Amino acid sequence: MGNGTSIGRVRGLGAAKEGTHHWLLQRFTAAGNLVLGIFLAVSSILQRNFDYETIALWLSGPVQATAVALFVISTFWHARLGLQVLIEDYIHEAGNKFAAMTALNLFTFAGVAFGLFAIARLALGGAA
Amino acid sequence: MANRPLSPHLSIWKWGPHMLVSILHRVAGDGMALVGLPVMLWWLGSLASGPAAYASFQDHAMSPYGIVVLIGLSWAFFNHMCSGIRHFILDMGAGFELDTNRKWSIGSIVAALVLTGAFWAAIFAA
Repeated sequence: MGNGTSIGRVRGLGAAKEGTHHWLLQRFTAAGNLVLGIFLAVSSILQRNFDYETIALWLSGPVQATAVALFVISTFWHARLGLQVLIEDYIHEAGNKFAAMTALNLFTFAGVAFGLFAIARLALGGAA
Repeated sequence: MANRPLSPHLSIWKWGPHMLVSILHRVAGDGMALVGLPVMLWWLGSLASGPAAYASFQDHAMSPYGIVVLIGLSWAFFNHMCSGIRHFILDMGAGFELDTNRKWSIGSIVAALVLTGAFWAAIFAA
């Protein structure tokens, strides 16, 4: 708390403290989601069928594996930012908010790790 | 209550499409985050685990409830995409005039429904 000057009385009292950074990252990841999401939607339409061999072969290609890996990172990042806003809007008790944010961070990092591992295993030929 | 001036008009408002597009953006986005991402991981994990696991995923995905979830997620994707593009335009400072805002709000909801229908028509036609 400040010493009574106008700026000193309000400094540090903002809600998020780092809103601009959050806002920009939401937009950057949104742009990634848009490009990669359209790529995946068009790719889905172009598939003749969805059996294991077809899809596994498709996802094993270097461009496809890279695109889906980036999609995993971009969507989880974007979802992490969006769910943070949901938590901040609806969970007001500090302890519950901390617990929810902790769960969200675990969900995000575990999800990205699992997704990237699955893509790598398939693309590098480890799948049975 | 905070000891500062608050708007006296918080409970006086008239419904408009911009409110619907706003809450649908949140519902679709957080719905995809909580349901869509786990489904995507299930799909990727089953592919990495081999044909038997993938067949199990496909059994669920192609069942009536699976189709409902997938169509719901595709709608969420297209709806969030359309209202997200609307946000990009609003970020540039455009589209805040009442009539324009109303048009873009209704337009993004309608476009999402059209894209969802076109997507599944193309999937089933292939």
